[in-house]
Amino acid sequence: MSELSVNHLLGIKYLKEQDIQLIFETADHFKEVINRSIKKVPSLRDITIANIFFENSTRTKLSFELAEKRLSADVINFSASQSSVKKGETLIDTVNNILAMKVDMVVMRHPNPGAGIFLSKHVKASIVNAGDGAHEHPTQALLDSYSIREKLGDVSGKNVVIVGDILHSRVALSNIFALKLQGANVKVCGPKTLMPKYIEALGVTVESDLRKALNWCDVANMLRIQNERLDISYFPSTREYTQQFGVNKKLLDSLDKEIVIMHPGPINRGVEITSDVADSKQSIILNQVENGVAIRMAVIYLLASKIK
Amino acid sequence: MSQKVLLSSKEINIILHRLACQLLENHLDFKNTALIGIQPRGIYLAQRLNDILKKEYGVKHIDLGFLDITFYRDDFRRGDKTLEANKTNINFLIEDKNVVFIDDVLYTGRSIRAALTAIQSFGRPLEIELLTLIDRRFSRHLPIQPNYRGRQVDAINNEKVKVMWVENDGEDTVYLVNNE
Repeated sequence: MSELSVNHLLGIKYLKEQDIQLIFETADHFKEVINRSIKKVPSLRDITIANIFFENSTRTKLSFELAEKRLSADVINFSASQSSVKKGETLIDTVNNILAMKVDMVVMRHPNPGAGIFLSKHVKASIVNAGDGAHEHPTQALLDSYSIREKLGDVSGKNVVIVGDILHSRVALSNIFALKLQGANVKVCGPKTLMPKYIEALGVTVESDLRKALNWCDVANMLRIQNERLDISYFPSTREYTQQFGVNKKLLDSLDKEIVIMHPGPINRGVEITSDVADSKQSIILNQVENGVAIRMAVIYLLASKIK
Repeated sequence: MSQKVLLSSKEINIILHRLACQLLENHLDFKNTALIGIQPRGIYLAQRLNDILKKEYGVKHIDLGFLDITFYRDDFRRGDKTLEANKTNINFLIEDKNVVFIDDVLYTGRSIRAALTAIQSFGRPLEIELLTLIDRRFSRHLPIQPNYRGRQVDAINNEKVKVMWVENDGEDTVYLVNNE
């Protein structure tokens, strides 16, 4: 297979396993490119991409922008906070106005779940979902799996635990879809209040004891508590959360085997993981960031090649 | 569809030795020379020449690399298929080196145009030469000519030149395929 089965990247849910493999193989080549002294290729010089962010982001926005520039695409950036959205413009109007300026692809982050899907049905451009509310964050899940593949050789058959706020996390959902599609075993671990009711329906198991979960896994993906999405109190205090679901060096060293620590960022040091864990040799957090650029280059390259 | 043999295994072997000698004549000890096989099909030819130069002509060391030109091609989004990349493997500096591009067939010259752009990502070579096994005459879209050529062929546009290598295809043969 040499092309994606989709025209937009709206979520991992819509991908096939071969799509993921194609993205990974393409990302391998781009990873070699971004490690050259001249890190740029001219492939997308006739493509214009709009990054529209209705929600704050550092890593994802920079990573997408860098990926686009490394592919020689023309890039325009748009943040909702400095735009006419504040004056009452609708999403479709905003995007159609941007597309009227001859834009081929839209990378969008939006606080509402399904915003990307909605947009893909109403505008004529390739859409990449850079996070839609608590729904999906496909490129993050792809780069997470890619980093596991890089570190452990394969994703299939590996035990992965996702720890933290599963309820509000788009990273968790996309990761579950991606990992299951590639044949990994997935556990989720976190306070009961932050666990979606029917999460087992996705083929994952729930574990409330962090130590048990860590002893079982090859990889632990530690999520941040999304304070901005917590409308009510889900646990008594941050301190209590850390005591039960935070990973520190002592806990890590007391495990039966050496596990890989991942984090999608931004890290709240001392809450979900301590600094010595985040900076330990078991942590591949910065590899994830590097791989993020290669993965996004691959996704954009493969989607752009379908624009006619 | 019909096909005829342009070069047999024996003829290919003779040509490879001649090309190796021509390279040797211009580059002597290969100290400041890099052979770059163009992916995907040029790598077999580059590897062969490298082996002949080392085994039969006693060249001690040759910088041999493979260059993938996919991301530098000028037909991105112009065909039906997504262009699939191959591995680039150049683990030496090409700054101020004599670079020899090696590809199996020179047709429109567009691949070589892409390779000329791609190689710049690895430094500024002193000079670049081109070696091809088959040079299809009268079909160039760009002003690009080989410095070393195995065999010149007059082929019309609906004909295709297919170079087969033992390593990949089980035989050393060059075919002229007519698609009519």
